[in-house]
Amino acid sequence: MRSTADLTWFARHEIRLAWREWLAMMTGGRGKRKRAAIGLIIFAAILHLPAYAVIGRFADLRFPLDKSQLIVITATIFLAWALMLSQAIESVTRVFYARADLDLIMSSPVRLANIFSVRIAAIALSVTAMALLLSTPFVDVLVIGGGIRWLSAFGVVIAIGVSAAAVAIVITVLLFRLIGPSRTRLVAQIVSAVIGAGFVIALQVAAIFSYGTLSRFAVLTSDAATAFAPDLDSPVWWPAHAALGNGEVLALLLASSLVLLGGVMAVLSPRFADTVVRVAATATTVRRGTRVTAFRAGSRQQALRWKEFLLLRRDPWLVSQSLMQLLYLVPPALMLWRSFSETSAAIVLITPVIVMAAGQLAGGLAWLTISGEDAADLVATAPMPPSRVTRAKIEVVLIVIAVIFAPLVTALAFASPLQAAVTALGVIIATISAAAIQLWFRVQAKRSQFRRRQTSSRLATFAEAFCSIGWAATGALALSMPIAAVVSGLMTAGILAATWKISPRRG
Amino acid sequence: MTPDVSALQVRGLTKRFDRPAVDALDLTVRTGEFYALLGPNGAGKTTTLRMVAGLLRPDAGSVSILGIDALNDPVAAKQIMAWVSDEPMIYDKLTPLEYLEFVAGLWGIDPRVSEPSAHNLLVSLGLEPHLHERCEGFSKGMRQKVALAGALVHDPRLIILDEPLTGLDALSARHVKGLLQERVRAGATVIMTTHILEVAERMADRIGVIAAGRLVAEGTLAELRQQNGKNDTSLEDMFIALVDTEAAAA
Repeated sequence: MRSTADLTWFARHEIRLAWREWLAMMTGGRGKRKRAAIGLIIFAAILHLPAYAVIGRFADLRFPLDKSQLIVITATIFLAWALMLSQAIESVTRVFYARADLDLIMSSPVRLANIFSVRIAAIALSVTAMALLLSTPFVDVLVIGGGIRWLSAFGVVIAIGVSAAAVAIVITVLLFRLIGPSRTRLVAQIVSAVIGAGFVIALQVAAIFSYGTLSRFAVLTSDAATAFAPDLDSPVWWPAHAALGNGEVLALLLASSLVLLGGVMAVLSPRFADTVVRVAATATTVRRGTRVTAFRAGSRQQALRWKEFLLLRRDPWLVSQSLMQLLYLVPPALMLWRSFSETSAAIVLITPVIVMAAGQLAGGLAWLTISGEDAADLVATAPMPPSRVTRAKIEVVLIVIAVIFAPLVTALAFASPLQAAVTALGVIIATISAAAIQLWFRVQAKRSQFRRRQTSSRLATFAEAFCSIGWAATGALALSMPIAAVVSGLMTAGILAATWKISPRRG
Repeated sequence: MTPDVSALQVRGLTKRFDRPAVDALDLTVRTGEFYALLGPNGAGKTTTLRMVAGLLRPDAGSVSILGIDALNDPVAAKQIMAWVSDEPMIYDKLTPLEYLEFVAGLWGIDPRVSEPSAHNLLVSLGLEPHLHERCEGFSKGMRQKVALAGALVHDPRLIILDEPLTGLDALSARHVKGLLQERVRAGATVIMTTHILEVAERMADRIGVIAAGRLVAEGTLAELRQQNGKNDTSLEDMFIALVDTEAAAA
């Protein structure tokens, strides 16, 4: 690298790659930019509704704030930061393991420290840009309801985006040093999932133990939280102050985050090359499977099921992706445990959580078994009808869901047999719906493309999400307002029918 | 099954994408024959073989595999056939032995038969030190050998290979060629596409040349030379002449 001009050139290259990657994600790789832009605008407009429901009531907040209000705002900002950190860890890991241009860069006559500085900055930029995009409806709602002073919330988003990227790089490089490159990929993915979900779950767990409710606000607004919180002039509240329009604090936050990122770039960029070389060396590391002692006898479907189970078990990527969904089951499980000792009306909330988690998990599993077939030609040339292949794969999804959710439903049966029956029915219907949608919209893909499964058909993704939410709502209503459950159930079935009608596999 | 039944008989096979990929193709491959299918890129070789293997539904025509109508009874046809593509499709998270166990299970082979067969195949392909290693760290050549072993573990009577030697080093290629010739000697039929004309020249009993979805020449090397009117010409020269003639005619 000879000059600043060269650095700028590489930065342009990185931005172009990031833009094309993002565009491909938005358009599903089909390059329909205009339609994608219109879809994005409509989606962003629709997003203002839930944003209003979630944050609208805070628009009138003004200084001076009491501790309880500061805690809620700070916790919300921290949650956003944790989610960005999770996303940034994933991006950094991808730079090490998945970028195809590393060999080219490493073999070129450039100063690697400079190149990796640019790459670190690109990660920070992409994480922040995505955060800005997602936060826009929320900030809009605040600006419309509470005035332009809320525009400073965008500055807070930039500050937390930049700092999240810096911390993510430190965590990933530390993991490399501590546990080595071969284990870092899996651990980083798990850490990323845990960080993303951990904060909300921790609050819910605390709320369950203290107040017997799943609402995290119960903890945040409690007297205990207020008593433990620092004084009103503590720097802990700076992000909240900055979001509410304190320009001085905002400038300080932005400067601190940029200094943090600059420090990380200065210290870690020269070591990036080292790390990349070590990753490349581990790419050929031999991993032993279980020593096959004797081939198993069984039907062709059994062979297929055995293969699917083995691949699911050995897929760290899937483990981390699924972990996020399973983590959300921890609070309802805890609540269930508590309900054995004391009766609580809040136990009804468990049903929609379980049903929704089942639907989401089933969608991911169904994609992996039905679409994510690495040896599609082999399976297609096997002497068995395609219908039996599909059946065996769907059976795998049903078995995994049954193994995960049966203990929860069984425990629920001791507390409330009727609720357990409704929950079990909800889990079954949500699972079958998710598997059916994956079947109707199946595309041949590699399992490693799991992260991008949502982009292959946005329609399938939305249908899957709406059905999961719909069946979860139906389950909850069945226990409290059976007539409304009928309406909700019919609406969800309608969504499923409409999805089938427009699916490419119809007929 | 009568001995004079062809291993493969294709009649009027047609497939159109945006243009005709395979155009009313007639092709017969005899039982126990090593048949090389040659053609320039985009000539329709892979499309033809994918239709024969049951991976692609033809628009028209018929496919008969050892007397079985492959379009009406695909399961019976697949039971006696194996397909190996140029891009080895195996599971990264399985070991070669686990992969072969899975393939044998899919074809419903008794484990008492498939287990020793799998072991022997992997050993004969030089994969003995890697039997219990996951395939994720394997080179392209090793992956291709695992895929080939998978194709042979159920002892198919018709083996269809699309560019099986692509990316293999000389020793691996020799292993693969040796194994295929062994299978032909044991009575199996091999149909293989290749761009390595020397391989076709040395190994094939008969050679078919396909261009623009049609068979433009077929026969033994001697017959092709005779058709070309030059007895001392190489297969490469003949192939280029045939393809050029077809391109000019088109």
